[in-house]
Amino acid sequence: MADARLEAIARECRVQIIRMLTHAGSGHPGGSLSVIDLLVALYFGRLRHDPKRPDWPERDRVVLSKGHAVPALYTVMAEAGYFPVEELITLRKLGSPLQGHPDRTALPGIEAATGSLGQGLSISLGLALGLRMRRSPARVYCILGDGEIQEGQVWEAAMAAPKLGLPGHGLDNLSVILDYNRIQLDGFVAKILDLEPVLAKWQAFGWTVLEIDGHDFDQVQKALDQAEATTGPVIVVAHTVKGKGVSFMENDPEWHGKAPKPAEAIRALRDILGVPEAAWSDHLARHPAQRAIVDELAALDKQ
Amino acid sequence: MPAKASRAAFGEALLELGATDDRIVTVDADLSKSTMTAAFARTYPDRAFNLGIAESNMLGIGAGLALTGKIPFVCSFACFVVGRFETIRISVAYTNANVKIVGTHAGIAIGEDGYSQMGLEDIACIRALPNVPVIQPADELETRQAVAWAVEHQGPVYLRLTRQSLEPVCPPGYRFRLGRWLVLRPGTDVTLIGTGGTVFNCLEAATRLAADGVSAEVVDAACIKPLDEELLLASAGKTGHVVTAEDHSIAGGLGGAVAEALAEALPTPMRRLGVQGFGESGDAKGLYAKHGLDPAGIAGGVRKLLGR
Repeated sequence: MADARLEAIARECRVQIIRMLTHAGSGHPGGSLSVIDLLVALYFGRLRHDPKRPDWPERDRVVLSKGHAVPALYTVMAEAGYFPVEELITLRKLGSPLQGHPDRTALPGIEAATGSLGQGLSISLGLALGLRMRRSPARVYCILGDGEIQEGQVWEAAMAAPKLGLPGHGLDNLSVILDYNRIQLDGFVAKILDLEPVLAKWQAFGWTVLEIDGHDFDQVQKALDQAEATTGPVIVVAHTVKGKGVSFMENDPEWHGKAPKPAEAIRALRDILGVPEAAWSDHLARHPAQRAIVDELAALDKQ
Repeated sequence: MPAKASRAAFGEALLELGATDDRIVTVDADLSKSTMTAAFARTYPDRAFNLGIAESNMLGIGAGLALTGKIPFVCSFACFVVGRFETIRISVAYTNANVKIVGTHAGIAIGEDGYSQMGLEDIACIRALPNVPVIQPADELETRQAVAWAVEHQGPVYLRLTRQSLEPVCPPGYRFRLGRWLVLRPGTDVTLIGTGGTVFNCLEAATRLAADGVSAEVVDAACIKPLDEELLLASAGKTGHVVTAEDHSIAGGLGGAVAEALAEALPTPMRRLGVQGFGESGDAKGLYAKHGLDPAGIAGGVRKLLGR
């Protein structure tokens, strides 16, 4: 089922992801585009947070463990009001708080430094434990990449989480989402080091496992509702498409960690906005904000 | 005060501080009987987490707890906890999480268990991180002071502790301060800087040297990062010779840090005493003698430098 409001926000975020990566000249479009719908679902459909008070102690926490997808996180944070959208194009530039991978000390609202893969789940367990100890109503959301769970530390944390759920500690304030886009830097996950049977692995470690289409907002919300109602840790395995929304990036390992060139970026925007080539000029004439972005990207080409 | 292992003094200090400060929690990886947090865990079971033999996860959970306002002491043998350097680097240091990392069983002084259990490169690793002070107390009093300081300090800390007992060296009323060293014995011919388990041996070496007419100024460098550059330069300027003695790899530890500071600010003839090569099984006394870290070895190192 479509959620028009979330779809519109996600579309705008995809535009900004392409825009900021093109300005930066480097970065990770594939995983940013696969995870963006999950982040939009969280930030605009779920989180108890206040962008004006990023240090509010009772806020829900999002730990983007697959830190290379941080452009997606920056776009939802900007759209939510943590900082001006215009700052997005400072991504990866000297002096910008928008570091190439998340830096908690640089940007309020980032909960932990991530990007060195495999560490975010442990931090999330610690956050969940600490919040539970002071009976905070806040929830912790941790997003893992599929390639990321090849890291051993993930399984140390996976083994610990159900045991920390014993009386006295209590750990049912954590929802984990796996962005299962099936591609890692060197190629297809199944060819590099297959994760399957991934559901059975998490189940064997004591987790409740839910499986959804990670681009279907209705399924995401229902799964997170169910996770919240479940005792003990839950992982939502979200099937996603790497590069989702840009036809020439979808399911192509080449777009894991390569920024589009300006001309490619403009093609990508047209894809994201779903406008046929013949109608593109008319469309831009009717949408001055999008026209400005296209002009800005075209100008980059001339530099 | 009788001799006491700094890990034991740490466990007692934590137990006392925990009574009045419920932000303090312990995080262990199946070595709480050895890191001496077991008593804390018995007394405050709701504030003690034993995560099994999984040090990376232990560090990450410590970071998460710190980000909710807890003050976690994350404890294991120095080699095992610092062995998870990448997790320390990102989850603790770069995140600037208020985690107190405690590495016990520092150095060859653990003896019989052999190299795989000896923390010998931990100072070098942690010293490379921009925001993590490296603290190694020399006796019970200094350990208690350092633990209390670590609770109040906002930000990550690395505390390096010994398995073996340490003779008291600090005067009553001593107060630990970040970046401040302590002159335990004034002298004029050589500055002899020890840390942790070698400080007492430096004092013993100074007594031997005095018998030969060599006046050694003995310094307790509990704070390996940041160094007390003011004291170092004043003492080195006065004596003209510097010897460091540490139960750590000769590379990258206290001696390395002192050499770096002196080379830039006041080039001074110096000699670094420390562990060369891998450690090995054996009795602690024999190992200290082999590596020149016992009183005779330290005195010998000083004589070599002075040419006497």
